[in-house]
Amino acid sequence: MNPFTYERATAPDAAIHSGTAPSTAFLAGGTNLIDLMKYGVEHFTTLVDINHIGLADVTSTPDGGVSIGALVRNSDLADHKLIVSQYPLLSQALLSGASPQLRNMATTGGNLLQRTRCYYFTDIAFPACNKRVPGSGCAAIKGYNRIHAILGQTDHGSTSAESCIATNPSDMCVAMSALGATVQVQGPKGKRSIPFGDFHRLPGKDPALDTTLRPDELILAVTLPPAKFSGNSYYLKSRDRNSYAFALISVAAGLELSGTTIKSAGLALGGVALKPWRSPEAEHALIGQPAIADTFRKAATLALAGAHGYEHNTFKIEMAKQGIVRALTVAAAGGTGVSA
Amino acid sequence: MSTPICTEIEQQFQNEPTPTPDAIQVSRRTFLAAATAVSAAATLPGIAHAQSHPELTRPITLKVNGTSKSLTLDTRTTLLDALREDLQLTGTKKGCDHGQCGACTVLLDGRRVNSCLTLAAAAEGAEITTIEGLAHGDGIDNLHPMQAAFLEHDGFQCGYCTPGQICSAVALIDEAKKGELSIVSFHSGNTTKPNMTDDEIRERMSGNICRCGAYPNIVAAVRAVARQQGVTA
Repeated sequence: MNPFTYERATAPDAAIHSGTAPSTAFLAGGTNLIDLMKYGVEHFTTLVDINHIGLADVTSTPDGGVSIGALVRNSDLADHKLIVSQYPLLSQALLSGASPQLRNMATTGGNLLQRTRCYYFTDIAFPACNKRVPGSGCAAIKGYNRIHAILGQTDHGSTSAESCIATNPSDMCVAMSALGATVQVQGPKGKRSIPFGDFHRLPGKDPALDTTLRPDELILAVTLPPAKFSGNSYYLKSRDRNSYAFALISVAAGLELSGTTIKSAGLALGGVALKPWRSPEAEHALIGQPAIADTFRKAATLALAGAHGYEHNTFKIEMAKQGIVRALTVAAAGGTGVSA
Repeated sequence: MSTPICTEIEQQFQNEPTPTPDAIQVSRRTFLAAATAVSAAATLPGIAHAQSHPELTRPITLKVNGTSKSLTLDTRTTLLDALREDLQLTGTKKGCDHGQCGACTVLLDGRRVNSCLTLAAAAEGAEITTIEGLAHGDGIDNLHPMQAAFLEHDGFQCGYCTPGQICSAVALIDEAKKGELSIVSFHSGNTTKPNMTDDEIRERMSGNICRCGAYPNIVAAVRAVARQQGVTA
């Protein structure tokens, strides 16, 4: 780890002021930041500890939704009464990720900024990674790409400066995407709201950037619209072991039903792209249809349209389709009391 | 007589030209010079650099097992290293040092965390409990009930992960008493009052890896305390 200075902020404004200095990072739970600094992937020279600035509450909003402070721990969010009762999809996603110890440390804002677990990004012994060393290429394209992207990736060959097939590792973000969340941020020039789908980026031509958050901005909160899927939602996570592993694919599925007819739907995939992959086409195809397997299969086909796999991860395409059908089936049946 | 077995590596080795005494001398001198340079450099970024830049060290008071200790630490020091190297509390173990194994689990204000990913500076102001702080006093009769259960159920083999397992399990019982949920609570449809079944215990202990594979006995130890404490129906 490179040497750094440590300071504690006691209010959001003070943190934002400190955060304008170059090579400065905000320290919240630290579960990803300290890990990457130990690996020599991140090299900040100042850490501003924001664990004492507040922003640690979950509150109801006037429109009937909720506001989740950026410093709310993943474990506290998963167990919050409002979330368990109104947004069980979010509780399930949070409790599917990491371990109890890590969830006690990790924060809402930090989870939004989790970096990819691509082996070629986290191990500096590999010279080629456009995300870590812009312009160096993408070792994953011809490498061991089991955990990599099948949707929205940039692949102009392993030597191109634009290529990147990394995935976003978060579970929480997949649920927030399906729930239509908004990220509230503040920088030196004021506050702004970022729709969840615009917060994380696809690699495009610039794989180094994960999000549209500016370097001097602090995440204040994530807001959720009024709950529509509280009775019919399910988070399905497929992985190499039953707990404490990142997703190969995951599915956040929410249905608003009128009898057996679908009034509205939220559907997002994890483990398939550099951002949580919400599928408006699949959501639209569900509306007005009966909540039956045939409807779900059509939605799954639409959600995976254009998917492209690699030597070690082509299985993800079929796994994601079957995962969507399974998650929607369980959601339609009430979303709980069923083992995936 | 058996045929001599020659592995691929040995064949490669045999194909290398035999080094001359001179070459050996040179490579030995090069090695010694390089080794000296490495050991000199190793002290520079950490200690010497930090000492010449006061902002890279920090006076820190840590309250561990009820006792406050003041230290001056490099800002990079993790809570795990501060406990082991500066406070000589070596019960907490360093396994992976990257939040993947749970050997370093301690309680921060009663909540289990990975001390390897917690900066010592960030832990200032918290009540830290380590494995050394669980027993009520000296002697086997004063062990924490979870420590006694691990002994009784033989919940370990080599013992290296055990302090982390026990700290984690102590927190598990506390979380269960508060009705906190796991993904198994959702999958079993038991989200109002989770019941510490073996499935629940396995899921809730999944942040602690045991390379010896003592899991069945670890589950038995946690199950025994869960029953004593009324969180298993």
